[in-house]
Amino acid sequence: MAIDARHVSKSFAHYDALKDVSLRVEQGELVALLGPSGSGKTTLLRIIAGLDAPDDNPETAVFVDGEDISRKPVSERRVGFVFQHYALFRHMTVFENIAFGLRVRPRKLRPADSVIRSRVNELLELIQLGRWAAHYPSQLSGGQRQRVALARALAIEPSILLLDEPFGALDARVRQDLRRWLRNLHAKIHITSVLVTHDQEEALEVADRIVIMNQGRIEQIGTPDDVFHHPASEFVVTFLGNVNLFHGRVESGRTVIGEVAVGQRHESSVSDGKSARVFVRPHELEIERQQLNGTSVPSRVVRIQSAGPVVRVELTSDRGEAITVELTHDRYRDLSLRTGEEVFVKVRDARVFVADEIVGDYTI
Amino acid sequence: MAASREYRHTEPRWLRATLTLIAVGFVGLLIVLPVIAVFTEALRKGLSFYVQSITDPLALSALRLTLLTALATLAANLVFAVAASWLIAKFSFPGKSLLLTLIDLPFAVSPVIAGLIFILLFGARGWFGAPLARQGIQIVFATPGIILATIFVTFPFIARELIPLMQQQGTEEEEAAILLGAGAWQTFRRVTLPNIRWALVYGIVLANARAMGEFGAVSVVSGHIRGRTNTLPLHVEILYNEYNFAAAFAVASLLALLAVVTLVAKAALEWRIRVEQRPAEAAQEA
Repeated sequence: MAIDARHVSKSFAHYDALKDVSLRVEQGELVALLGPSGSGKTTLLRIIAGLDAPDDNPETAVFVDGEDISRKPVSERRVGFVFQHYALFRHMTVFENIAFGLRVRPRKLRPADSVIRSRVNELLELIQLGRWAAHYPSQLSGGQRQRVALARALAIEPSILLLDEPFGALDARVRQDLRRWLRNLHAKIHITSVLVTHDQEEALEVADRIVIMNQGRIEQIGTPDDVFHHPASEFVVTFLGNVNLFHGRVESGRTVIGEVAVGQRHESSVSDGKSARVFVRPHELEIERQQLNGTSVPSRVVRIQSAGPVVRVELTSDRGEAITVELTHDRYRDLSLRTGEEVFVKVRDARVFVADEIVGDYTI
Repeated sequence: MAASREYRHTEPRWLRATLTLIAVGFVGLLIVLPVIAVFTEALRKGLSFYVQSITDPLALSALRLTLLTALATLAANLVFAVAASWLIAKFSFPGKSLLLTLIDLPFAVSPVIAGLIFILLFGARGWFGAPLARQGIQIVFATPGIILATIFVTFPFIARELIPLMQQQGTEEEEAAILLGAGAWQTFRRVTLPNIRWALVYGIVLANARAMGEFGAVSVVSGHIRGRTNTLPLHVEILYNEYNFAAAFAVASLLALLAVVTLVAKAALEWRIRVEQRPAEAAQEA
């Protein structure tokens, strides 16, 4: 069921956590709210769940499946919620944790004991923890606990599923496995889901669409491809992975870094002399042995890190800027680089911002 | 982690010996010796006198009043402490730190003053004394006054056990319960209460020990009417003042026995709480 949050603001005593945010999540979609801590992503999630109340405003509303649930009590919203720290009931077994949502229903709506049992067993099967039914949460690993928390949330057949940093407390390996598992689960049950995370890799891997938040506002909404390759703001570029920043200026309609011109003429009219900020990801740079007609920046190799899927080369440009380049192992072998060598760094792709306004998105 | 750490002596032998001696000396002189003294004095005139002393109608009436007071006090404190701790630990509201301070007040105030407060409020010339008397209700120099004074004195015990635990447990489990469709009462009964049950019992044991042994506050409001407003500690004092030492110690030994029962219950609970917390800690480290 679609979620439609409109004009949501939330201010605390000392800061505004959310500033007039509107967000629509389509039926069956898995959307990630991505942002640094304090960006308002968890606040937005908790407001959708009803755990926090938005600031009073006649325009504010949260629709789920076309119905405004802002005034509905939390216990009647049928929202599946997964907490970062699991929030399992510590004095109940795994089985009773999952059964909880069914057992607390009013007598008339409560399924028979046998129905509850088979429903819980189904979910235990789904999370592959059938053998752990009689154990207590404290006897499970973090990954297992989070799977129980998810099964517990799904037991009430929620209309939407909200996940607050669900893998944040787990170590890297388990996190990877659970991510894939969640992706598969979502493909199977297609429940409208919102996942909060500060881990850009997680968001890029799991989500259908990503909502990038910063300081209580939405910076950009788009598919993982969109936000990664066509960032709408400097914040989005810097937040999504490592990026090199070159300080340039606008000269006769083009962006120039030092003596090197980047890309074509700007389409919009940007006045000359303005300073430009050029963002280039490490894999969008190339290292050359020779300078070809002034399109590359002279630099010196400072450090080479070749253990990993790609080779990371750190350099310093002739203007003193730190540059990181990622090469394939093949290319690295061809170049046979040594630390201390003088080489030339060529920009292949770049995003140019003048006063936080994107003016160029180039492939050169 | 702690279990595998080896215990190593870093202090010189003489220092260890001195510290041990001081500790053992204090415990022996101030705790073990008096307890032994109570029982030897109690049995000085023989077992039959001992039995006679503690089955004396006045002693029995004091025992009844003490148990009744303890029971009423605990019931009242239980309701208050759970409500207050729940409020303080799970919600934030203006005046919260004031409430916390007020809960601690009885720790800071002398019990005698606590007793005097109730005389001031409910005594014949007190604020509410006369109007209540016209309705035929007597508070001071009667059982209600004794219970009120004891409630005041034991006020912080249960709440002080619950508040830190509930604060540490946070509100996420309750939030999860409500999101799963549980109402407020269901959430409290099925989630909040089971999580605090051992701390609750522990607090009750402590408060009970204090309630049964309270002297100062009760002494002020009781009026020392034998057979009616005497609790066990007051009865001991009366016997002692009448130079009836053997009987005084016999009744005192009754109180001491009640204390021993309390301590055993407390030790059992501490063991129980440790056992419950151990797997949780181990899993958190994993």
